[in-house]
Amino acid sequence: MVVKRALAIITLLVIGYWLAVGLSQVPFGEDKMLIGQYYLNNVKDQTGAVNAVTAVVVNYRGFDTLGEVTVLFIASTGVGALLWKRKRKRTAKTEGSIVLTTGTRLLFPFVMLFGAYIFIHGHLTPGGGFPGGATVATAFLLLYLAYTAYEIPHRGFEVTEGLAGMGYVTVGLIGLAIGGYFLFDWIWQTWQFGTDNIGRLLSGGFIPIIYTIIGIKVGTELSGIIDNMVKEEVSE
Amino acid sequence: MISVYYFGAIALILIGLYAILIKRNLLKILVGLSIMETGVNLLLISIGYVSGKSAPILSEGIGPSQAVDPIPQALVLTAIVIGVATTAMALSVAILIYEKYGTLNVEEIRRLRG
Repeated sequence: MVVKRALAIITLLVIGYWLAVGLSQVPFGEDKMLIGQYYLNNVKDQTGAVNAVTAVVVNYRGFDTLGEVTVLFIASTGVGALLWKRKRKRTAKTEGSIVLTTGTRLLFPFVMLFGAYIFIHGHLTPGGGFPGGATVATAFLLLYLAYTAYEIPHRGFEVTEGLAGMGYVTVGLIGLAIGGYFLFDWIWQTWQFGTDNIGRLLSGGFIPIIYTIIGIKVGTELSGIIDNMVKEEVSE
Repeated sequence: MISVYYFGAIALILIGLYAILIKRNLLKILVGLSIMETGVNLLLISIGYVSGKSAPILSEGIGPSQAVDPIPQALVLTAIVIGVATTAMALSVAILIYEKYGTLNVEEIRRLRG
């Protein structure tokens, strides 16, 4: 055990030294932007979004984000497949205290609203579909904690998740039909919608639409993961 | 001279790696993995930082020349999501292992002994 620990610490020191030597060549806080500056200069004209990070994620690298959503979907499906048992139920025995249940009843709509706010305003403020969806999922986690018998409506959630996934691809395919390539921003580039509105809610091309879709998808998927994890196998 | 932000990120990576190498409880190993992930994300963000500039949201008073690099932030956004996905998968594997062996100690689990 002592030998193992000593070896581990030596390994860590070597790796740490190596990282430090590598990073000492990288100055902190200096302007190293190459393509980043191009994005910053053109983000308003090309995408209509104010938040450059969102524009990079959804617009310039939209195909990447489609892959990201796919990874999350595969993880959610994988959790379901790994934990799949014929008889699985919630076995929690203690109901939440009155503080928790009352608090949940009070807070649930506001947490949902805040999640929706985060993903609808993705092109204006920090945040977007992924953090917004995670916030929505925490609202359902709160319900799971407070009520022992609570379960998410599975059928509805699965349908919503599938529709959201198809919605993303559909928006991309409309872009393919109008502009010639997948995930072409047809609302901004072709219709010029919201040109005199930059910085307000109705702007940003298809970014709010796609981020709403992603938010719904991430919210349902993470809720599904929570649901799979809190259930335990019960013997008949 | 190495910056204190890089130093913090490296420290987080090493703490996580230490937990992965030494700890025997599967859950603690997963916690170590998450700490390591946080360190890598912090490293990426601090490489993209430009001193004296603000977040890349081009609102009042912040033009294209006063914002930091948006690309590392976008990449970290992606990395966090992938991290959540892998953590969820790993946790469900841990649940299965606990159901099968009744323990989370990696030295007591037969197939992981080595």
